[in-house]
Amino acid sequence: MTRSREWLYAWLLLLPAAVLLVLFTHYPAVANLWHSFYSTPKGSRPPAFVGLDNYRALADDPIFWQALSNNFWYALGTIPVSIALALLMAVWVNERLPGRGFLRLAYFTPTVLPMIAVANIWLFFYTPGYGLLEQASGVFGFGSHNWLGSKSTALAALMLVTIWKEAGFFMIFYLAALQSMSPHLAEAGAIEGASRGYFFRRITFPLLMPTTLFVLVNAVINAFRLVDHIVVMTRGGPDNATKLLLYYVFEIGFRYWDSSYAAALTMVLLALLASVAIVQFVFLERRTHYQ
Amino acid sequence: MAAATGVYAPQGLARALETLGAWVLGVLWLLPLAYAFWTAFHPSAYSTNFTLAAPLTLENFVKAWHAAPFARYFLNTVILVTMVLVAQMVLVTLAAYAFARFEFPGRNIAFGLVLVQLMIMPDVLIVENYRTMTALGIKDTILSIGLPYMASAFGIFLLRQTFKTVPRELDEAARIEGCSPLQTLWKVYVPLARPTYLAYALVSVSYHWNNFLWPLIITNSVESRPVTVGLQVFSSTDQGIDWSIISAATLLTTGPLLVAFLLFQRQFVQSFMRAGLR
Repeated sequence: MTRSREWLYAWLLLLPAAVLLVLFTHYPAVANLWHSFYSTPKGSRPPAFVGLDNYRALADDPIFWQALSNNFWYALGTIPVSIALALLMAVWVNERLPGRGFLRLAYFTPTVLPMIAVANIWLFFYTPGYGLLEQASGVFGFGSHNWLGSKSTALAALMLVTIWKEAGFFMIFYLAALQSMSPHLAEAGAIEGASRGYFFRRITFPLLMPTTLFVLVNAVINAFRLVDHIVVMTRGGPDNATKLLLYYVFEIGFRYWDSSYAAALTMVLLALLASVAIVQFVFLERRTHYQ
Repeated sequence: MAAATGVYAPQGLARALETLGAWVLGVLWLLPLAYAFWTAFHPSAYSTNFTLAAPLTLENFVKAWHAAPFARYFLNTVILVTMVLVAQMVLVTLAAYAFARFEFPGRNIAFGLVLVQLMIMPDVLIVENYRTMTALGIKDTILSIGLPYMASAFGIFLLRQTFKTVPRELDEAARIEGCSPLQTLWKVYVPLARPTYLAYALVSVSYHWNNFLWPLIITNSVESRPVTVGLQVFSSTDQGIDWSIISAATLLTTGPLLVAFLLFQRQFVQSFMRAGLR
């Protein structure tokens, strides 16, 4: 095949995927930026160029700042805990403890279920005066508490659901990494007299670093991408206490139908995701230099 | 894997403590699900009353099934998942082949543009994609739910990695036999990548079976809603708070996936692993 024919062939192979990618990823990202500079058309009034007005409104919007800070705390509260739990689960499943088949099943099952179904189950769990959590706290003599209905606990209650759902998923990647590790390392460590804790800290954990990085990036993306449980459990309330960025986009865009303001909000979300990408790129670059 | 933990496996008391910890965590992890099962299979009077004498019943499932068009929702989800999967398989295979085995100008830039989707997923581009669907006149159809996900960057990346491990000699042998590039793809690459296809298929099916926000936005009728949205519409409207029925409906919608997972547990776990380890 001549070179130009090969080029043509390659581009024809790419074409179907490229068309859809451009139409539903690249175009919307650019169009989103464009639309964020216009006003939302209302009735007979066509969209007008408003410059940075939507962004100025954003800067003056206390709910936006709250959603941003909620999202920050949500990420900070869920990511380290689910990663630590995932690592612990993987170590336990990897050791031949009795019933490891059951354990792996128990840890991993939440991952396969839809977030929406899971949220329904947990909603029942948290129901004041009725749910299981209430019953349990009643046994210990604590008073009734509306976990999802009070500002101080609602976000934490949602974080628990997220951790429960994600830890088992991340466990899988740690498990794979642990199983691909050479047993000779442990033997050498033992001969050198390293304790188990020392060996884990100085050998196992550093060797798991690429996995941790991969899991971390996924966890960060999920913290900004997944809001299904909020739709079911709190709808952003009480008093905006559980409003995350994407949920706010959803609310502005599809409850108040203010598409321009939603576009400006989406830009913030895209900027955050892009910075994650850049950080990941920098770290991955460095990692390849190591090897 | 036999000696994976080898010398550092915990012994004696440490082993007992760790086993205990692992089991406590395991039971805690299953608790919400076990609770849903309890509620769904017992009359609502027993939904928070745990006694062995509680009679078992399937009535909640019957009520839930008749209270909303779940049969139609299931059909929609099956159509959606199948459609997305078939389209992804074709598109992703062709694109991955081009990236793995062709030299052409702009290849790296094109690949970089594909990878953009790993970070900026259709999940967050809901406002603009809604606009596009409206402009295309296909709002509230099953096609509109699946369309943004069909060209999957993740799939292209995964399959490209697999295709790159195929020995060049096999490729060249096929060409000498007179195979066109497409025939080579079909006869050499696709069969060798079967484990990757399986892994990708499982991940894709569970992703789209579970997807919620975008379908919630883009659908507005019984004819196009997948089960996840159907469940939400059902449990948020006219049910009052009959948790027994909601639990039954919840289990109903997750049932097929849960059964499939229990049957193919090993494949599921390995697929997710393979999909993650690039």
